[in-house]
Amino acid sequence: MCSLEQRDNLFILTLTGPTPDDDHRLGPSTISSLLSALRRASSLSTPGSVLITTSSGKFFSNGFDLSHAQSTPDPHRSLQLMVQSFRPVVSALLSLPMPTIAAVNGHAAAAGLILALSHDYVVVNGARGFLYMSEVDIGLTLPDYFEAVLREKARVGGRKGLRELALWGTRLKGADAAEIGLVDEAVVAGGEEGVKKRAEEKAAELGKRKWDGRVYAELRKGLYKEVCDVLGLERRAVVAATAPTAPRSKI
Amino acid sequence: MFVLHRHGEVFTLFLTGTIPDDEHHLSPAIIASLLSCLRQATSLSTSGSVLITTASGKFFCNGFDLKYARSTPSPSRQVEKMVDSVKDVVVALLNLPMLTIAAVNGHASGAGLVLALLHDYVIVNGCHGYMYMSEIDLGLRLPDFAIAILREKVGSERRRGLRELVLWGRRMKGEEALALGVVDEALMEGGEEEIQRRAKEMAMELGKKNWDGRVYAELRKGLFKEVWVVLGLERTAAVVAGTQMVSRCRI
Repeated sequence: MCSLEQRDNLFILTLTGPTPDDDHRLGPSTISSLLSALRRASSLSTPGSVLITTSSGKFFSNGFDLSHAQSTPDPHRSLQLMVQSFRPVVSALLSLPMPTIAAVNGHAAAAGLILALSHDYVVVNGARGFLYMSEVDIGLTLPDYFEAVLREKARVGGRKGLRELALWGTRLKGADAAEIGLVDEAVVAGGEEGVKKRAEEKAAELGKRKWDGRVYAELRKGLYKEVCDVLGLERRAVVAATAPTAPRSKI
Repeated sequence: MFVLHRHGEVFTLFLTGTIPDDEHHLSPAIIASLLSCLRQATSLSTSGSVLITTASGKFFCNGFDLKYARSTPSPSRQVEKMVDSVKDVVVALLNLPMLTIAAVNGHASGAGLVLALLHDYVIVNGCHGYMYMSEIDLGLRLPDFAIAILREKVGSERRRGLRELVLWGRRMKGEEALALGVVDEALMEGGEEEIQRRAKEMAMELGKKNWDGRVYAELRKGLFKEVWVVLGLERTAAVVAGTQMVSRCRI
């Protein structure tokens, strides 16, 4: 499950679980609750809003709930349904009218890693946890929008990022991921709290700019055009209500 | 000619020549032998199979046999035919249900370099040989699919690698090719033997993962999808390996 907390201009979306070491799988109800939370944050946004997505304990998220799928009469169909229902979550993140930060406290794998990478800024725990696209080891191909997110965000170190992470299922430690540019920062000291604190600092820095959310979202979608095309996200030209009619800047 | 050897799970695709320091040019007959070897490797593959493509002597592969083309009644038509038949090679290599490693013993240029770059991992001889896209100097255009391969596989900041290699026809030694993201490893010692040893070492290490070959090939096509798109090919639906989804997924 997940919860959405609002603190002034900060929205904190937390993946929750019954035990401290829960692996925060993305099953049908969690996916649905993620989507509701994102829609709520979107509707409450104002200039200066920022979203932080995080979790607690050993795992950020270990991906789709495969054991749930296995327990159903048609496991492959159940998995397909989760893949389909997660698309709107990625779409919602890409369309969110505010900057988004993933504060990755622990392991992030498969759909859980895609969730993190769908944020504008990714801070990871450099002391604990790794990033892992498990599909090649399990024997699953990637949905088209996963490929697109990886192509947009994991094409680092030449083709090394895509190859090591997604083709070869290499488990990447947070610090190594930051070094090759797969994520933005690895916080080495302070553990989970350190990661969250850094995310909040970044949120404060970005929030101060008081960007028009709709403009922000359109700019973001333009930068990550391939994912948007695959997700079928429309783009529009937006002029903020506050945009000056006469040029303000002088060269 | 291309010959295929097999030693356990490791397939070695060897470019042989008729004279010492043969340039291993690609002529219609040689391209046909390449395709035949790739089809054979595909039919014999099992999970854990790996392909190493290599040659011996001064040259890895110096591209199309333009001398042969010029000896025919219609040289440009002949080159067109060779380009077309290389499309089949591209498809076969991208579809190959196993890890592919190019162990580049010497000079690789034009279609010969593109052949190397079609592999998942490219190791070059840092002591001898250079990478060179001769087309600009010869006044030849590059086919769309070759451009797609170069764009997908050559990675460096601001596409510098592409500019140097393709636009400005730079002859790159191994070390420079590595720095510009053209290749994955450049061995500075040991020459030909060392690159083949290194390729075998990687093959053994990664072969142990026992990846499902069809899943691996689909992942490869999806992560480097521009080539597939440019060739106008359809992708198959999601592939799920026969293995149990849940039991293999452990952090």
